[in-house]
Amino acid sequence: MAANAKPKLALYWAASCGGCEIAVLAIHEKILDVAAAFDIVLWPCVMDFKKKDVEAMADGEIDVCLFNGAIRTDENAEWAHLLRKKSKVMVAYGSCSSEGCIPGLANFKDRQQMMQFIYLDSPSVDNPEGILPQMETQVPEGVLTLPGFWNTVKTLDQVVPVEYYLPGCPPEAEWTLAAVDAILSGNLPPAGSVIGLASTVCDQCTRTRSEKKISRFYRPYEIIPDPDICLLDQGLFCAGIATRAGCGALCPQVNRGCEGCYGPPEGVEDAGARLISGIASVLDADTLEEINAILDTLPDPAGYFYRFGLPHSIMHRVRLEQQNSNKVAAPISLVKD
Amino acid sequence: MSETFEPVIIGFTCNWCSYRAADMAGTARMKYAPNVRLIRLMCSGRLDPVFILKAFKGGADAVLVSGCHPGDCHYVEQNYKALRRFHLLQRVLAQMGIEPGRLKLVWASAAEGAILADEINRFVEEVRTLGPLHWRDNIADVAPHLSSLEVTEEVAHGR
Repeated sequence: MAANAKPKLALYWAASCGGCEIAVLAIHEKILDVAAAFDIVLWPCVMDFKKKDVEAMADGEIDVCLFNGAIRTDENAEWAHLLRKKSKVMVAYGSCSSEGCIPGLANFKDRQQMMQFIYLDSPSVDNPEGILPQMETQVPEGVLTLPGFWNTVKTLDQVVPVEYYLPGCPPEAEWTLAAVDAILSGNLPPAGSVIGLASTVCDQCTRTRSEKKISRFYRPYEIIPDPDICLLDQGLFCAGIATRAGCGALCPQVNRGCEGCYGPPEGVEDAGARLISGIASVLDADTLEEINAILDTLPDPAGYFYRFGLPHSIMHRVRLEQQNSNKVAAPISLVKD
Repeated sequence: MSETFEPVIIGFTCNWCSYRAADMAGTARMKYAPNVRLIRLMCSGRLDPVFILKAFKGGADAVLVSGCHPGDCHYVEQNYKALRRFHLLQRVLAQMGIEPGRLKLVWASAAEGAILADEINRFVEEVRTLGPLHWRDNIADVAPHLSSLEVTEEVAHGR
């Protein structure tokens, strides 16, 4: 960049809900500093930019790219590769691009099951002709195309190299600001770092903890929790023990167990495995019958443990049916059979 | 393919009981299936679920967990934790599409070499019936470096 030019910032969304875009604005009036300090070259949610504008840029011309959203279509991947090429620093912004997040729950299914439910079986769908999206559709005016839809949702770093991670669903303003400050001051942490705290949500939670013995789990609607005692001690599932701090324990403060959106803390590779280890060890049970009785009160354990992190976990996804597994790496298609 | 499928099984053993049981089976020249690769831990309570997940990801068809009989733990009660983790993990793995039969728990004291050898023989046959797991193929598009059959540094040390 020329000596007097402002650094260039790009913000992009892939498979996401749009919450991360709002989270960027949660830094309030500081957004004016961002607008003053950076030349925003791409922000599809807010301003009109075309792909060809980005393609026309020189490689490495964008100084920082905040990329939110998981990668689940050919288009998501295309943009990830394009922005990686054009950006000096790539930040996986938010849980989707860092961990897989809610879109990553699709890795509990495969493409066929998703299409079947979303376009045919869902009770709210009215599709008597059983029309499914196709990658190419012939219309009188020509051929309409859709990007291929993947069997497996991936995180950004499973597609392109990433310098920094800003976890959270969405990231708290404090850490967006920390990232902006670090970039503006040039005081950047080593590549591969997560911008945030190293410890767990429990460290920021003000509830009183005691020696744990869980004799059964409760669903949130089943009990009114005591506002001062650790939720896990009360039998409410809370992922705080295996989740990175940084949110200020927002959910536990309002009687809701942590869901794990900040991903694993420093030094933990798989938050789900850590939860299995931690939760199982405090069950008040010594025999198989007792253990099963308690575990029966925790339906869908994999869903609880991997709510936000299945694509980035050790196993990445559930097992594909044998007939599907051969197609995993094959070109993606949406065809009916 | 007429070849018999030879399952790869990773067996986690406890230093104070099952590892010595395996040792005893060896010293007594008992014969048992060579499909299990034993790894010694200080206690079955040391078994982090991550070890098991990595074994499956790295190409194991099944995992054997063994420790001291309940009440006999060298560290008082850690084998009870192993027992609880085992059953919770088995449920999670079932949701991932890994049959509960691919994860087996065996209690074996240091004197029970014959029992451990018998259990291993039975387990190998059970896994043979289940067939190969091929997790690396399952995630070939996420981790293509794992699809090669060679166990590389990457497989051994990271994801």
